[in-house]
Amino acid sequence: MSKSKFKNPVVKWIDHRLPVFSFMDHELNHYPTPKNLNYFWNFGSLAGFALVTMIITGIVLSMNYTAHVDYAFDSVERIMRDVNHGWLIRYIHMNGASFFFIVVYIHIFRGLYYGSYKAPRELLWILGVLILLLMMATAFMGYVLPWGQMSFWGATVITNLFSAIPLVGENIVTWLWGGFSVDNSTLNRFFSLHFVLPFVIVGVVILHLVALHRFGSNNPIGIDVKGTQDTIPFSPYYTIKDLFGLSVFLSFFAAAVFFFPNFMGHPDNYIEANPMVTPAHIVPEWYFLPFYAILRAIPDKLGGVLFMFSAIAVLFILPWLDRSSVRSSQFRPIYKIFFWILLVDCILLGYLGAMPAEGIYVVLSRIATAYYFFHFLVLFPLLPYIEKTKPLPLSISEPILGGAATASAFATREKK
Amino acid sequence: MSNNSKSKKNKEGKRDFLIISTYAMAGIGAASVAWPLIDQMNPAADTLALASTEVDLSSLEEGQAITVTWRGKPVFVRHRTPEEIKLAKEVSLDEMRHPETDEERVPNEKFIVLVGVCTHLGCVPLGQKSGDIKGQYGGWFCPCHGSHYDHSGRIRKGPAPTNLEVPSYKFLSDNIIKIG
Repeated sequence: MSKSKFKNPVVKWIDHRLPVFSFMDHELNHYPTPKNLNYFWNFGSLAGFALVTMIITGIVLSMNYTAHVDYAFDSVERIMRDVNHGWLIRYIHMNGASFFFIVVYIHIFRGLYYGSYKAPRELLWILGVLILLLMMATAFMGYVLPWGQMSFWGATVITNLFSAIPLVGENIVTWLWGGFSVDNSTLNRFFSLHFVLPFVIVGVVILHLVALHRFGSNNPIGIDVKGTQDTIPFSPYYTIKDLFGLSVFLSFFAAAVFFFPNFMGHPDNYIEANPMVTPAHIVPEWYFLPFYAILRAIPDKLGGVLFMFSAIAVLFILPWLDRSSVRSSQFRPIYKIFFWILLVDCILLGYLGAMPAEGIYVVLSRIATAYYFFHFLVLFPLLPYIEKTKPLPLSISEPILGGAATASAFATREKK
Repeated sequence: MSNNSKSKKNKEGKRDFLIISTYAMAGIGAASVAWPLIDQMNPAADTLALASTEVDLSSLEEGQAITVTWRGKPVFVRHRTPEEIKLAKEVSLDEMRHPETDEERVPNEKFIVLVGVCTHLGCVPLGQKSGDIKGQYGGWFCPCHGSHYDHSGRIRKGPAPTNLEVPSYKFLSDNIIKIG
């Protein structure tokens, strides 16, 4: 360690004792990244940006918020009207939640399309699903804090899901509430958990990144990096690409914050919580709607709850459900079609979750729910047995740099 | 040779015992420390102390209903008309999801007392105010997911699994009830 790569003597002195600069140089600067990543690979860093934005605005909001049933609603209104820039900070936090979910859902579907969950990235994927679950819990509890009608009744309906558990269900609900209904104890503990869970998410995100950097990013053709000729250093190539993606993301985000801040919210949440009156139409936040549709599609209370949780549970075991060794959909002609059907199915479930649970909507919810589970439990394990995949390129460089002769020579060598 | 292996075995047995008992003690210790941290989330003493409510029914006319608060939840009290009582008593139990006779649910047939929380997912059913939708069976109707309750608060149609809960209550005098 006689020759340091750092010129600055202070950096050199610190790095010799605490090699944080070497670490950052290695993981963020030289970090070899496949050279063929497309714009769908921007959404990981965008999710990280959204998480940091939520934590910073959240800490600032908590300085002005009062977690008490008599003051919570008024303290949020005070943030909106009296606190300096309070409206801006709250609208960023409120819409930030929606944009965080948009980014993460695109990130997940990117993983599904390019097979990013397959060996050796199974734990990377599982940590990601864990982050999604933590995000859902955090977002749900955050939505309760303004103590509007939707906050209160959303909290009531969601916590009541646990009453479906046989024998101990009622006790669990009472324990969650700290009383006999959603009340001050519930609000206090939700505030406490809403504050701490984002830092748990940061912890899991760090594990997610450690697992990512073990084998590096997957890429659009889904084959392994063969050597340095297939990679480029993360900086400046992907730092600049991520920054460009971030500026596009921020354009949409700013448009929502400044021009449509309540588009993804619900007007009933500007009415203070009233435990005696239920709003006529209770709807969760949009990012929960597909799961809510699954809940309502099952005509049995416990069954509905089980199916809803199973919809996420299947994601945990996806790396083993999918029997195909070919990662990218580019080389899986049949799976590629079903991928788009799944995407449409999830959007349809989201739409149905927002509609009243009656008539044709119930029938469609059941068909869409059935397809969702069919896709994961039947299609993923069985499709590889009937699907004839296209020949994989020899390397990441080959499709870009030509080498048509070699490609045709190996075209017969199909990967099974 | 055999002696040697026996003593080795004994040593391993002793070591296993020590390891298992150490883990067991640590486990019991961790569980007993965890319990207060978990149980603090259950209802506190002051929450439990507010667990009863008295209601005066003398001003409640026939056909009228009032909603009172008990344990932070709405409790429905309805003064039923003779026709409603007749309907509630005469209906066949065969067609019910959660069969209970009206007598089992209503000690004093004039006044029905129910926890006003839908047994599906906890919304407050409509039917207490004069303009409310009362559902197909004339009792209560939950707007969230469409459960219909009859004049005895029994589930007749929709996703709710059980009848509206009857709280424990008693008549302190002819017109005063104590809930809880």
